[in-house]
Amino acid sequence: MMRVKSTLENYVFVLPAVIIFSIFYIFPFVDVFRLSFYDWDGILPNPTYIQLLNFKEILFQDRSWWQSIYNAGYITVIALVFQNCLAFLLAWACDREIKLKNFYRVIFFIPPILSEIVVGMAWRFIINDIDGANLINRSLTAIGLPNLVNNWLSDPKTALTTVAIVHCWKGFGWGFLIFLAGLQTIPRELYEAARVDGANAWDCFRKITIPLMMPVIVLVAILTVLGTMQAFALIIGLVGGEFAGHTSVPVLRILASMRGSSRFGYACAQGITFGFILVIISFIQYRFSKKSRA
Amino acid sequence: MKKIKSDVYYKTKRITLNVFIHLFLISVAVTCLYPLLWMVSSSLKSQETVFNLSLIPRPLHLENYVLAWKEGGFGRNFINSIFYTVSVVFGIVIVSSMAAYAFARLRFPGRNIIFFVFMAAMMIPIPGSFVALYVLLNKLHLRNTPLGYILCMINVGLSTSIFLLKTFFDKMPKELEDAARIDGCSKLGIWWHVALPLAKPVLAVVVVFNALNVWNEYILALIIFDSRKYMPLQVALQTFQGEFVTNYPLLMAGLTITALPIILVYLLMQKYIIKGVTAGAIVG
Repeated sequence: MMRVKSTLENYVFVLPAVIIFSIFYIFPFVDVFRLSFYDWDGILPNPTYIQLLNFKEILFQDRSWWQSIYNAGYITVIALVFQNCLAFLLAWACDREIKLKNFYRVIFFIPPILSEIVVGMAWRFIINDIDGANLINRSLTAIGLPNLVNNWLSDPKTALTTVAIVHCWKGFGWGFLIFLAGLQTIPRELYEAARVDGANAWDCFRKITIPLMMPVIVLVAILTVLGTMQAFALIIGLVGGEFAGHTSVPVLRILASMRGSSRFGYACAQGITFGFILVIISFIQYRFSKKSRA
Repeated sequence: MKKIKSDVYYKTKRITLNVFIHLFLISVAVTCLYPLLWMVSSSLKSQETVFNLSLIPRPLHLENYVLAWKEGGFGRNFINSIFYTVSVVFGIVIVSSMAAYAFARLRFPGRNIIFFVFMAAMMIPIPGSFVALYVLLNKLHLRNTPLGYILCMINVGLSTSIFLLKTFFDKMPKELEDAARIDGCSKLGIWWHVALPLAKPVLAVVVVFNALNVWNEYILALIIFDSRKYMPLQVALQTFQGEFVTNYPLLMAGLTITALPIILVYLLMQKYIIKGVTAGAIVG
């Protein structure tokens, strides 16, 4: 009897967490799957069961959906290459006896702690489309390149790249921080020993730094992909609204299906499709990382 | 003679390298700061001078902040943001530390499975879950209410916080708890009087990490709130932009009001934030 009471007492500790988690995580998680089989405007009491029609439409008809996935992929590739190379380079530059190291570290991590909305809106003010008010265009004119002047965010040719670059501006400090933490775990003696054996800086970088940093690089890569594919608030800030046209990304499409066209079932089906794509991508990256370590 | 020459050579080489590294780091640092300085500076200009290139606003239009706070309505939203951040963080600390303590120290059937479910939730992305959450909150009559938002946000922070705290409790020496038990302390008493005070360093990470998260949260606030009076800053900014399309100084003042508290907290608590980020990355 004492033991039963004691066990029940133990459950009290996890009960609040379990209740909140069941209601606000597990239930919606399951409900997304259920709703994806329905055609429902979010209001009518009786959603219509339409089997897999939502998924069929996503897979075979919804051009703007796949365009949004392409857009997110494009931003992700730029972030993966440009943002992470920059982050690694900066971390490598800071991983030595260097003055002001802490100062740089503090500054680089300011953009990542700001919200995507704030960053997007602040940058929208810099690269706006108002005549003669765009800071980038003004600098281009000032350094004698007036023919490069462009409406960066509204021109379909440059809009996505502009978004990607702002995304990198916001994100590189985060990669920098993790890379730096990783670099600092590499024992200095390894470098010294290599030096004694006649290795130059490039050899050290290639033969010591890169192999030892591989797990960290893979980790940052996976997190960059997951984070960037799902980024959307930055774009809301940058283009000034939820309906982003040619810079739309999957989460914004889901939001548009839900709030714009009131198709709740369809929005859920899009969410599942997208979640599935993300799981596959991270699984591939994970497998790849295991192979490269073995 | 030769020896001296090579010393000079290496010294020059090292200094040149350092100069280049600093130039590179400084230029990146300037790129980081300039947009933010531009934002703050624009918030202190008038509508006529807002596109002047000078970073130093003259004359200083401090009244923009008063206008943004009162007429722009940001005062209300600022207080909302503070209220949501404080109550969510408080909720997370209590709920997740109880659960983490139980997962680390107490025995009950299903312990590992429940813990595993919490951890799995961190790994599985469900981008569409906000649709179902919206439906659920509607049914519970919690949509467009502060309570609904607070509960949702407590849930968002649970998994990571439980993980951080459990890792700490696992390593905590058992002797102190044993002593408290012999003195007749109940389990809840041990959690409150022994475990929590010891966990202060981790709790600081949990608090700061979650506070940043709540302050910057966007999507749930967007779908949950219709009324401007309940909105936190992040969503109110967007609404404001819709209403006062071209009032840039006021919008920039609003952005500064939103960004400044976070930057201040960051500068004061960097240590904990950096720990939280690195830990969060390793979990994910």
